[in-house]
Amino acid sequence: MAKDSQTISSLTEETLNAEDNLTAVSFDVNGRSVTLSLDPRVTLLDALREHLHLTGTKKGCDHGQCGACTVLVDGMRINSCLTFAVMHDGQAVTTIEGLAKGDELHPVQAAFLEHDAFQCGYCTPGQIMSAVALLSEPVQHTEDAIRENMSGNICRCGAYVNIVRAVREALANGSLTA
Amino acid sequence: MTPFRYLRTRQGDDPVALLSTAGNGAFIAGGTTLVDLMKLGVENPSTLIDINSQPLAHIEDLADGGLRIGALARNSDVAHHVLVRKRYPMLSEALLSGASPQLRNMATVGGNIMQRTRCYYFRDLSFACNKRGPGSGCTAMESFNRIHAILGTSDQCVATNPSDMSVALVALDATLRLRGPNGERTVPFEQFHLVPGQTPYRETVLKPGELITAVDIPKSPIAAHSLYLKVRDRASYEFALASVALALEMSGGKIQSARVAFGGVATKPWRAHDVERVLTGQLASEDLFAKAARAAVEGAQPRRDNAFKVDLLQRTLIKGLRTLTALAVSGDGHRGGAQ
Repeated sequence: MAKDSQTISSLTEETLNAEDNLTAVSFDVNGRSVTLSLDPRVTLLDALREHLHLTGTKKGCDHGQCGACTVLVDGMRINSCLTFAVMHDGQAVTTIEGLAKGDELHPVQAAFLEHDAFQCGYCTPGQIMSAVALLSEPVQHTEDAIRENMSGNICRCGAYVNIVRAVREALANGSLTA
Repeated sequence: MTPFRYLRTRQGDDPVALLSTAGNGAFIAGGTTLVDLMKLGVENPSTLIDINSQPLAHIEDLADGGLRIGALARNSDVAHHVLVRKRYPMLSEALLSGASPQLRNMATVGGNIMQRTRCYYFRDLSFACNKRGPGSGCTAMESFNRIHAILGTSDQCVATNPSDMSVALVALDATLRLRGPNGERTVPFEQFHLVPGQTPYRETVLKPGELITAVDIPKSPIAAHSLYLKVRDRASYEFALASVALALEMSGGKIQSARVAFGGVATKPWRAHDVERVLTGQLASEDLFAKAARAAVEGAQPRRDNAFKVDLLQRTLIKGLRTLTALAVSGDGHRGGAQ
């Protein structure tokens, strides 16, 4: 019992700033280490946009229904609107800003340009992050499988035909180099 | 959003002990349900215990031929696991038919089991809801209720359980492993969720402070020939209007045994023992399938806008039976395709 209560008190001290309830979190964003002191209510999406000023990641529905906020955490795509930033201590976050190497676009970005895979562009960062993740997921490269596995990203402009073309090309090139 | 205290656990911490000191606390893992409902004001925990560091993500091959899936295993990891795909295809298909790849990467098995209904009146504080506010009434009864349940309803609540995974787990005779302030216990999956009755705010038998630690799925040769068939308003990324988890053991043209469960139509993951009894020991035929379908909707209580589910569920079951019996006879095995 003594051990338990000790654990509780050390945890409380470590993760709570009693006065203002700010919680420290350190993670890596696009290769850069950042430490933030956040109200635990701040979502990962809001931490990226409002605290780190990385506004490439978009807020659409803010309820995990549209995919505009898709980012990679430790290489896996997730909806950054449905998770609190403080839950990602020690993890690596990749956003749309982290894909290009200088002026050299990521192959998925280049494929989206090549195939005109967007209209208004609002969902595009999320679409591209999903497609980047798809390169390392166990899915087939058929049109049906691409549509199914991109279904978490809604495009109100309806640019799906060209999105599928772009993703298909990126997958084909990715598998050649893999 | 109501302010809350956030406690990040590390390996060696006991989240159950932490929660017992936390008053109105909740465990958080994937967060895909809880964060959503906190934003809506439907859930207002004063403390969140982050359990993501706990060693509960393993998928373990049990000596008796079953499988133990840790409560923190992500939905995507379970869906793509080689033993899940081989032994329990209905479970893999159910998981892959739910949500989106992003959400499946976040959502855990424990959280999926605990996810709350998508009833629009439950999710909107401006409507009456006996789940949110016991005794406040049920808006769904007389308002638009197209997505609501036809099985297991009461005069207090007609909300559907939204989980696809749970439909497969109830068909597979899974057992839940729980850990609470008073130790560990197991509960058969079928007994875990509750029908609303007069207490729709009680959704499971989980006691205050208890944590789901794992799901055990028994060895089940029948489950190797199984499928999950889901019908919905769009082809992907949508909750079920009706779904069927189905496993058949065939010998010649005869159904030796069957496991049948329904989703999208009931207030809890719905094991259909009556349908299994109709099918067991009978020669597969269209007449038999029609009889099974009638048994599926025996006692159904449709409301104004969801009466179509009585037909839809029967058709979904019949399609599943046709698919699985044809495959079993030809010995091709089942290959995806549950749309």
